[in-house]
Amino acid sequence: MVIDPRKMQSLAARMAGDEVPGRSPWADARRRFRRNKAAMTGLAVLALVALFALSGNLFARWSHEELDFSVMGQVATAGQPSLANGHYFGTDDLGRDLFARTVQGTRISLLVGIVGAGIAVVAGTLFGAIAGYSGGRTDQVMMRTVDILMSIPYMFVLILLLVMFGRSMTMLFLGIGLISWLDMARIVRGQTLSLKNREFIEAARVIGVPAWRIIGRHIVPNLLGVVAVYATLLVPLMILTESFISFLGLGVQEPLTSWGALIAEGAGTMGYGTLWQLAFPLFFFVVTMFGFFFVGDGLRDALDPKDR
Amino acid sequence: MLGYVIRRLAIAIPTLLLLIVLSFVLMHLAPGGPFTQERALPPQVLANLNAKYGLDDPLWRQIWNYVHGVVVHFDFGPSFVYPDRTVNQLIADGFPVTLTYGSLAFLAAVTVGVALGTLAAVRHNGWLDYLAVGVSIGAQVLPNFVMAPILVLVFTLWLRLLPGGGWSFSDPSFWIMPVVALSTSYMASIARITRSSMLEVLGSDHVRTARAKGMPEHRVVLHHALRPAMLPVISYLGPVFVSMITGSVVIDIYFSTGGIGKAFVDSALNRDYAVMMGITILVGALTILFNLLVDILYAWIDPKIRY
Repeated sequence: MVIDPRKMQSLAARMAGDEVPGRSPWADARRRFRRNKAAMTGLAVLALVALFALSGNLFARWSHEELDFSVMGQVATAGQPSLANGHYFGTDDLGRDLFARTVQGTRISLLVGIVGAGIAVVAGTLFGAIAGYSGGRTDQVMMRTVDILMSIPYMFVLILLLVMFGRSMTMLFLGIGLISWLDMARIVRGQTLSLKNREFIEAARVIGVPAWRIIGRHIVPNLLGVVAVYATLLVPLMILTESFISFLGLGVQEPLTSWGALIAEGAGTMGYGTLWQLAFPLFFFVVTMFGFFFVGDGLRDALDPKDR
Repeated sequence: MLGYVIRRLAIAIPTLLLLIVLSFVLMHLAPGGPFTQERALPPQVLANLNAKYGLDDPLWRQIWNYVHGVVVHFDFGPSFVYPDRTVNQLIADGFPVTLTYGSLAFLAAVTVGVALGTLAAVRHNGWLDYLAVGVSIGAQVLPNFVMAPILVLVFTLWLRLLPGGGWSFSDPSFWIMPVVALSTSYMASIARITRSSMLEVLGSDHVRTARAKGMPEHRVVLHHALRPAMLPVISYLGPVFVSMITGSVVIDIYFSTGGIGKAFVDSALNRDYAVMMGITILVGALTILFNLLVDILYAWIDPKIRY
């Protein structure tokens, strides 16, 4: 029996140190998420897309609203993607640099996705938690309201809003935010119902914690897992909605652009052989959708307590 | 059950009323009107036009007249922009088209999606499973406005097989691309939902019992597993149906099919209030009706559900 004294010593030193830290559920979830290859790939892809949106302009040699008069009128030949004249992704049919426009479009689309999901998370969580915790008639009225709002054809109402009040970012956010929280409210309410009769909530109630504090301190933190999963699945949904609206020409206004608007432009001009106008925005759109779906799936697997 | 249906229909009425009131208030608040033009009309003409279409009435009276017309005469009023057309006519022109490709796309999404998902679950972890999962993940990120240009690029511009747009009730080659573009991403979602719920059901006790009795596998899958496995798919049908109608906006514009999606966007751009509202209400009513049908179907398939 040969025991390496040095190893013994280092072991003893380690054991004498801090007690072994327990694993919190969040640490468990993090570990499970890291082991999921598809989700980690998705996360990496999303990080790259975000990096592209943030720092792409450093590499662009043209601004997104500048017209390159040397390619104008002969976009199909002179406007092709090329490193020499600085149009890495080619130009659009007006001679604007597609690289800069894709960066711009990525920014807007990600912004809409994240802000839209953010509105949904805040409004939906609060609404659902309050309805679920209050119960009784309040709950009935609040959830019937959600039911009624849900059966309104929201895409049509969104188009109405944008047409009547003019196209603007504010209107777009307002319109998307108006509808996005409904599903979230339902999910959160369901979770709250199952939480509110648990012992720790009862204990809080017994020692006289006011309702709003129970919701804020005890209910909402316990909902975060579900909310996080649903929020990651909402972001691509919001991006899709915005792209749909922009495809119809009702989204953001020139010179700003978004993936939907770029795809619509590319689709409109592909008959002239300028395929890159469709290919590059489409690539970023599809890749980001993939990224969010995989991360969402991974989060669901990691945070779903049924799956332990 | 009957009581439940009646209660559900009773909720539908305030919903539609809310939709009408909401649209009216929006229109009232919005700057400009259907008769706002680049060159302003003489005030007397404008006043007469407003009087003719009842736009000078107080808001509540306008709403009352509208609801009265819709409920009593099923009349959605005249179009503000095309003086010789009524909203009923515009809807009657466009709706059959939307209904045709919409229901075909719906059927395609459900049948192909369910078949693909079931196959993938039965051949769990086989090459067929991986293929189906791969295809459905790929298809899920291709919404209708992305599929439409890709299809036109491949089948019209490169292969020259299908017409790139237009509509004909007698020639199905006009139907193919709208149906495929509209259904792809939902087909993929349905396949994924079916696969995961089928996998769960195939692992359950009653399926094991059926297998232990020596029942042939295809009977086990089709008779015992498919029915409970359909439940999550059915609750997804409502959103799919709504998307088929909203998707028609993209399809009509991209393929010039002339359905109600086109009529809606045109009316929105022209501020043709009556047409916008007629279509919104029609879509709202259809949505409510379809969700009710879905719930009834759900109760029929799952005997555990009591209303």
